[in-house]
Amino acid sequence: MYELRNVTKRYTRGKETVEALRGVDLTIQDGDQLVIQGPTGGGKSTLLQMIGGLDRPSEGSVELDGVDLATISEARLTRMRAEKIGIIFQAFNLIPTLTAQENVETALVPLGVKPAERRERAAEALRSVGLGERLTHVPSEMSGGQQQRVAIARALVKRPKVLLADEPTGNLDEGTRDDIMALLEGLWREHGLTFVLVTHDSSIARRAPRLATIRSGRITLTEQQVA
Amino acid sequence: MFGIYLKRELSRRKKVALVVALGLALGIALVITVNSVSAGMQKAQDKVLESLYGLGTDMTVTKARSAPGDNASGGPRFEFDAQSDEDEEQSSDRVMTQGGEALSASLVEKVGKQSGVANAVGALTLNVTKVDGSFTQGQAQSGSGQSQGEGGPGAGGTSTGQPQVQGGGASFDVNSYSVAGVDVTDQDLGPLAGSEITSGKTFTTAQSNAKVAVLSKSYAKENEYKVGETFKISGTKYTVIGIATPESSESTTDVYLPLKQAQTLGDAKNKVTTIYVKATDSQRIDAVKSAIQKNISGTTVTTSADLADTVSGSLSTASDLASSVGKWLSIAVLAAAFLVAGLLTSSAVSRRVREFGTLKALGWTSGRVTRQVVGEAVVSGLVGGVLGIAVGLAGAYTVTAISPTLEAELGATAGGMGGGPGGGMGGPAAQQSSNALEIALTAPVSATTIALAVGLAVTGGLIAGAFGGWRASRLRPADALRRVE
Repeated sequence: MYELRNVTKRYTRGKETVEALRGVDLTIQDGDQLVIQGPTGGGKSTLLQMIGGLDRPSEGSVELDGVDLATISEARLTRMRAEKIGIIFQAFNLIPTLTAQENVETALVPLGVKPAERRERAAEALRSVGLGERLTHVPSEMSGGQQQRVAIARALVKRPKVLLADEPTGNLDEGTRDDIMALLEGLWREHGLTFVLVTHDSSIARRAPRLATIRSGRITLTEQQVA
Repeated sequence: MFGIYLKRELSRRKKVALVVALGLALGIALVITVNSVSAGMQKAQDKVLESLYGLGTDMTVTKARSAPGDNASGGPRFEFDAQSDEDEEQSSDRVMTQGGEALSASLVEKVGKQSGVANAVGALTLNVTKVDGSFTQGQAQSGSGQSQGEGGPGAGGTSTGQPQVQGGGASFDVNSYSVAGVDVTDQDLGPLAGSEITSGKTFTTAQSNAKVAVLSKSYAKENEYKVGETFKISGTKYTVIGIATPESSESTTDVYLPLKQAQTLGDAKNKVTTIYVKATDSQRIDAVKSAIQKNISGTTVTTSADLADTVSGSLSTASDLASSVGKWLSIAVLAAAFLVAGLLTSSAVSRRVREFGTLKALGWTSGRVTRQVVGEAVVSGLVGGVLGIAVGLAGAYTVTAISPTLEAELGATAGGMGGGPGGGMGGPAAQQSSNALEIALTAPVSATTIALAVGLAVTGGLIAGAFGGWRASRLRPADALRRVE
């Protein structure tokens, strides 16, 4: 379970200080899906960084299962990311020189998984996203949708507790977008993940049971009825 | 994963990796070539010095030079019999101690007792000038009748009233060679130490005053002497017992005799021209030199370092170039290569911010990311090292194959040097002249040089990796997201 209390994040750019988040309070229960929506520069990606332990707040606390990500050591935070948090990026962020299977394996490297098991689990994860035939392809040999599937396999191969997605369909066409969203929602349900999705796509936001709208660093929560 | 990732990244960034590797290769190749050429220069200098001293000698003691004329025995004088029969072959040997100056043999013992001296051996170097040929007497003729008279060499003329001398003349060959008197009781030090007996045998201790000789290979060949044959010096007959091949081609001693025989021949009883000294410790040579100079007046002590200072000519110039220009050029190229490698690696990390940020977001530690960057740089460095070693070896072998000839001018200021290649006439003036030796330059590559090259390659890689690794370690996982906003 996530507990965010009074989370504030300030950035200094030259002489100017920008407050990207202003006293955000947020609770996300295990297995929940939360969609964060808002205009560009509103603070949604910053909030995702706080939740994902990619950055620390200037003020406040970000507790994951009772552990405050804002104050733990860098080594422990790195370990938390490696074990519990899977992240999907808008630009896929695959390593261009590695094959699909090797890219997925990178998520298992910090966990000390043996190479043979790593290869097997990566192949299985790729099969689960429909890329069983593309194990040896490098990113440049795959479409955007396929690359995002590799990124999803990479996020899920370590069996995380939390899945974070930052504009996962932002670089995809409409048809592929629906495929990827269907895949993510299916995996969320199948694995019982806590799923936090950042998007500015209203059609995706409408499908979420819980919507957080963030503007100028302030958050507004909306519970939605989903069909 | 480390190896696969490393290999793929280096393949992707071939050009950058190649620039880094080539930069390091150039520096390392220069280091190897300069080092090996310097070693070759040192070897050449050692060879030159060896030719003067013989193996194992740390210094020589000779009589301090006096002003020309004080002890000079003047030019060589030859006695020929003017009363001899017509066309008779005549021969005369003029034997002089080298430099015309000698030390008392008792000083050998005194030098040997100095602190830090392991061994001291005396030797006498003689220069023998052999003149042989024949006179043809002139014919004296009177105006009315013919009568024979004596005519001086080359004399001749016509006169009607007085007897006239016609015809007559002289034909002489002049040959000079050097003779070294060797202490037969200790041949590990001294003139023969630098030579190997390749035919016959050397002197035994029982031959301290025997009429036996060892000839240098070149002298024996030139005069067609063989072991067992005899030859004469100044009327004394000597039996050839051995042929010595100098380990250095620059040795100029032609004939080796037992010391006592040389002293008799040179009319230098109980005299030596050179005392060869071996120090107990090579680190104490300067102290031993000072002790000898202080305790034994009237002597000149010459160490190999002193001799090295007297080496001039192209060998000296090339040696100076190798040790100064070559060294600094290598350092400059290496420093530039390290800097370029570092900047290129750092720049490559800048272009991979999102990649490394992503890995950190996936839970890779900063250490693991840094190791990856450093690993790539070190492999580039090693590739550069291998290329550099190959090019450097090729350079060194090329120098050795071409073997450029360097000229070493020796002894221009090394007055009093005994036993050296001071062939020619033995007057004091002769010592002032320098001796030009030609040495073929080689460029030996030692294991130390190769180890140094490998060390430099790894160092270059580590320096480059440190630039990149430092930058990579400072990246935050959030950079994986920030770059795409």
